[in-house]
Amino acid sequence: MELVDKMLEGGQQSLSRLISMVERGTPEVPEIMKQVYPCLGKAYSVGVTGPPGGGKSTVVDRLTAIARSKGLTVGIIAVDPTSPFTGGAVLGDRIRMQQHYLDDGVFIRSMATRGSRGGLPRTARSVIKLLDAFGKNLVLVETVGVGQTELDIMEAVDTTIVTLVPEAGDTIQTMKAGLMEIADIFAVNKADRPGADQLVIELESALMLNPRRTEWEVPVLATQAVNNIGIEELYEHMERHRHFLESSGRLAQRRQEQRKQELLETMEERIRVSILTLMKRDEQLAAAWRKVENAELDPYSVADEVMGNKELLHNWLAQLESEGLIA
Amino acid sequence: MAEERPIRVLIAKPGLDGHDRGAKVLTLGLRDEGMEVIYTGLRQTPEKIVQAAIQEDVDVIGLSCLSGAHNYLFPAVMELLREKGSSDVMVLGGGIIPQEDIPLLQEKGIKAIFGPGTPIRDIAECIRAEVRNKSKR
Repeated sequence: MELVDKMLEGGQQSLSRLISMVERGTPEVPEIMKQVYPCLGKAYSVGVTGPPGGGKSTVVDRLTAIARSKGLTVGIIAVDPTSPFTGGAVLGDRIRMQQHYLDDGVFIRSMATRGSRGGLPRTARSVIKLLDAFGKNLVLVETVGVGQTELDIMEAVDTTIVTLVPEAGDTIQTMKAGLMEIADIFAVNKADRPGADQLVIELESALMLNPRRTEWEVPVLATQAVNNIGIEELYEHMERHRHFLESSGRLAQRRQEQRKQELLETMEERIRVSILTLMKRDEQLAAAWRKVENAELDPYSVADEVMGNKELLHNWLAQLESEGLIA
Repeated sequence: MAEERPIRVLIAKPGLDGHDRGAKVLTLGLRDEGMEVIYTGLRQTPEKIVQAAIQEDVDVIGLSCLSGAHNYLFPAVMELLREKGSSDVMVLGGGIIPQEDIPLLQEKGIKAIFGPGTPIRDIAECIRAEVRNKSKR
C-alpha cells in the first residue's frame, strides 16, 4: 500500500491518515496491519493511567521532555472519553504538551474512546503498532481518567504507571483491587498538597503485603509534574522496570500474552460482525433475535437453538462466503 | 462503503489574545453535535496549529481571533496548509472580524466566517455539508 510505504519513509501525514483508518475500522485495516507487522517490536510502550485531573497529561509531557533530551523519539496517544449520548468528544490533553508541538521527534495523537469502556479505545493497540512501525522509540499512552476497573491499559503496554493524587480516600482505597493492582510504578502527583506523604506510606504498606509482587518491587514516588519535581526519578524507574522485564524474560512473556489476547479479540470481532451482517439478511436468525427482544424466550435457549443447528450454520457460512466476508 | 464516523475538528486560538470563551463554547457545542473536538489552548502560532491539524488528521480547523490580527494570522495558516499539502482541510474563522475583512479572508481560502451570535447548529451544518461533499468526491 502506498500509504504504508510513505509512512515507513517518515511521512507524518500518511501516519496520521493510517491512524484514522484504523480508528474507523475501514476495510483496508487487515492489509495495513499485515504490512507493518515486520517492522514491529522496536518501540517500548508505557501507559499512564489514573483518576481524572491527576496530572496524567503533564506527566506524559514531562517524561517526553526527558526522553527527547536523551535523543529518543516519542509517540503519544492521549485518550479522552466519547459521549455515550452524542458520540462527540472533547480531546484536551494536547494543551499540556505544547512544548513538543513543533518537535519533529514527537508525534501526538488524541483519540476518543468511541464506545469502549475500558479506558482505552479498542483500536489503541493498533495505533501503538503504527507508531512503533513509524520508528518511535518510546510510545506513551495516556488513558482517559479512570476509576477503579478500567484496566485495558495493562494489556496494551509494557510498563504501567498509575498516577494518584492526595485526598483520594483513606487506607481502604489503597487496599482495593483493580487499579491499585496494575501499577508497575506509582506516582503520587501533586505531592505539594496535604496528605501526599500519608498516601505514599499507605501505598507502600499495602504493596508490602501483596504476595504476588516478589521480583519487582513497585516503587511509590512523590511527584509534582507541573513543577518538574520527581519526574527524573519517575523516568529512571521506568527504565529500571524495562530492564527488569527484559533481563528476567518477562517482557517476552508479557508480549506473548498480549499477542494471544489480540488474536482472540480479532476473531471475536470478526464473528460479531458476521453475526450482525447475517441478522440483516437471514430471516431465521432475525426471528430468533426477535424472540429474545420481545422476551418470549431467554437468550440462553435461543443461543442453544442457533448454535446447535448445523444446517443453519452451514447455510450461513454459504451466505457469508457469497458476501465475501469469509474466503 | 463510507462508514459513519465522527467528524474531527481542531479549535485553535492563533496569536496573542487570551479570550477563549467563544472557542470553549464552540468546543462544547460541536461536541454535543457528535464531533470529536480537539482544543489546543491559547496563543498558538500558525505553525503549531497546522502541525496539530496534521497529526490529528482533522476534517476542519476552527480559528478564533479577537485581537484584530486575523488578516495576518488566518492567511498564514492557509499558506502553511498549502505548503504541507493539507489544503483539503476546511478552515473556518470566528471572533471579532469586521464585515469588510471577510471577502479577503474568503479569497485566501477560509470557507466561512462565523461571528458572535451564530447558532452552533449552523456551524455544525456547514461542517457536515462540507465533509459529506468531500467524502463523495
